[in-house]
Amino acid sequence: MASEPLMEPHGHAAHHRDLAHQFDSLDQQKESSTLGTWLFLVTEIMFFGGLFTAYVIYRRLYPQAFALASHTLNVPMGAINTAILIGSSLTMVLAIWAAQVSWRKGIVLFLGLTILLGSAFLGIKSVEYREKFETHHVPGPTFHFVPESEHVKVTDPQLERHASIFFSLYFIMTGLHALHMIIGIGILVVLAVLSWKGKYGPEYHNPLEMTGLYWHFVDIVWIFLFPLLYLLGAHAR
Amino acid sequence: MAEHVTSRKVYFLVFAALLILTGLTVAAAEVDLGAFNDVVALTIAVTKAMLVLLFFMHVRYSTRMTALTAAAGFLWLAILIGLTLADYASRGQIFPVPGK
Repeated sequence: MASEPLMEPHGHAAHHRDLAHQFDSLDQQKESSTLGTWLFLVTEIMFFGGLFTAYVIYRRLYPQAFALASHTLNVPMGAINTAILIGSSLTMVLAIWAAQVSWRKGIVLFLGLTILLGSAFLGIKSVEYREKFETHHVPGPTFHFVPESEHVKVTDPQLERHASIFFSLYFIMTGLHALHMIIGIGILVVLAVLSWKGKYGPEYHNPLEMTGLYWHFVDIVWIFLFPLLYLLGAHAR
Repeated sequence: MAEHVTSRKVYFLVFAALLILTGLTVAAAEVDLGAFNDVVALTIAVTKAMLVLLFFMHVRYSTRMTALTAAAGFLWLAILIGLTLADYASRGQIFPVPGK
C-alpha cells in the first residue's frame, strides 16, 4: 500500500500520501521528526539526570547505608529484567526492519513481541515492589531497615534514615522508568493497530522509528539503573 | 529513499553483545575490586548505552545534526553531575563550612 505513492492534487501541487504539506520531501520530513524526537530525548536525559545526580551525591555522603540497602535488592530479577528489556529493543528494531522490507504482518508481530516483553518487565518489577512492601523497605511511617547480616559493623549512626533515602531514590527512579514503559506500551498498541491497517511501509514509517528512539532511550536508562541500584552493594561492609 | 537499512545480522550481534555485557557486569560485581567495582560497572554500562545509541537508535547512520543533538544531551548531563560533584567534593576546602 505505502509502496504506491498516491499523488492526488487537493488545492495545490500533488504530493505523496504520507508527506505533510510543509515538507519538501519524505527525507526532509523524516530528518525533522528525528531531530524533534532527539530534542525531546535531551530533555528526558536531563529529567532522569537530576535523579542520577541526587543518587551520586547521596551515595557519596552515605556509602554504607547505600551499599547495605542496595544489597537487599534482588539481583537475579534485575538481571532477567535487563535481558528482557534488551530483547524488547531487538524486537523494536526488527519491527522497523519489517517495515523497510514491506512485511506488514512482521511489523505487527514484532510490535506485539515488544509489548509482550515490556509487560513481562513490568510484571517482574511489580513482584519486586511487592517484596519491598512485605519487608517494610518502602519509605514512610512503616519503614524499617536493619543490615541482612549481623557480621556487618555499622559505622553509620543514622543507617535506617539514610537507607530510606536509598529506597526513596530506588522507587522514584524505577517508578519513573516504569511509567515511561507504560506510556511506551500504550503507544506501541496504537502503532500495532495502525501497522495492521497497512499505514507503514518502506517509504514511510516515521512513527515506528520515533517510538523506537523513545523505547531504546528507556532501555538505556535501565542499563544505568541496574548496576547503580542493584550491583554496587555487592560488597557491603 | 536514502534511508539506511541495517541488516538483521547487525541487530542480532548487538543484541548478543548486550546480553554478554549484562552477564559480565553481574559477574564483575561479585568480585571485590574496591572502588574499581564502580569503574567497571560504569564502563560496561556506557559501552552498552553506546551500542544501543549507535545501532538500535541508528545514530551511526543519522545526520551530523542529530548526532550533535544527542551528544549535547549527554554533555549537559556530564556538566550537571560534574559541577555538582565538584561542589560537594570541595566544600570546606577553601573556606570553612559554617556550623561545622
